[in-house]
Amino acid sequence: MNLLEQTRFLLRITRTHDIMRRYFVVNGFDGALTMLGLIMGFLVSGATSLSVIINVCLGAAIALGVSGVSSAYVSEAAERKRALGKLENAMITDMSNSAHGEAARGVPLLVALVNGFSPLAISLLILLPLITANAGFALPIQPLKAAVTIALLLIFLLGVFLGSIAGVSWLRSGIQTLLIAILTAALIYLFASF
Amino acid sequence: MVLVKRLVLDVLKPHQPNALEFSQAIAKAGGGYRVCITVLEVDEKTETLQVIVEGDAIDFCAVQSSINGLGGSLHSIDEVEVQGEPQSG
Repeated sequence: MNLLEQTRFLLRITRTHDIMRRYFVVNGFDGALTMLGLIMGFLVSGATSLSVIINVCLGAAIALGVSGVSSAYVSEAAERKRALGKLENAMITDMSNSAHGEAARGVPLLVALVNGFSPLAISLLILLPLITANAGFALPIQPLKAAVTIALLLIFLLGVFLGSIAGVSWLRSGIQTLLIAILTAALIYLFASF
Repeated sequence: MVLVKRLVLDVLKPHQPNALEFSQAIAKAGGGYRVCITVLEVDEKTETLQVIVEGDAIDFCAVQSSINGLGGSLHSIDEVEVQGEPQSG
């Protein structure tokens, strides 16, 4: 069995596909909204150096990634250990050398990586126009506005993904998440204007 | 040399992997194995299986290792069929 097959097998026997998908969406949504919030804040605050904006946003993105990895690993390792213990009680045998034991050790790491990678990758995608502009490439629209557009697009796509999982209208689901993002942006604009 | 041709095993295993994956893994333990699994009992977290393995020369240790590797536990060997090779000369 190659590594990919083995990973799929371990996820299947522990039934953690759903958990990973949930972590991906929840933390991805967190990452996108955090970046949207930061960029909206900079947008309404007026002129700020692009490198300062990038550093602040990168700092938040890295913190979200590290927080995602560590929190998911700690909680998932505890859950897997508990599940293995229950299974060992039912089987009346030590299962540490079985596929279930291997899953209890490996799956938390995998879930943690997904949980950390999701907000980090989404944040980096949102920051791409800022990084590109800072590197000297000319963009057709203002970098901050381009970043907000990408954030809204990614949030819409996360909604589409959720809609396709739930088997409901992808458009409706995408618009729902987009409305949440627009509401967040409007709240930031409202509070920052006072 | 005595060759093991058929084994009937009583095995306890978790619900996952399912009987199909379980039988495939046992069949991979050696060449040309034929595996038949019957689920005898289903509990909250486990199921009891009757596993029948047939082949020209079954490697019992490999079969047992395969069962244990998937989280199963061999409870008993209920039936065995072996064949001794005809003595030459």
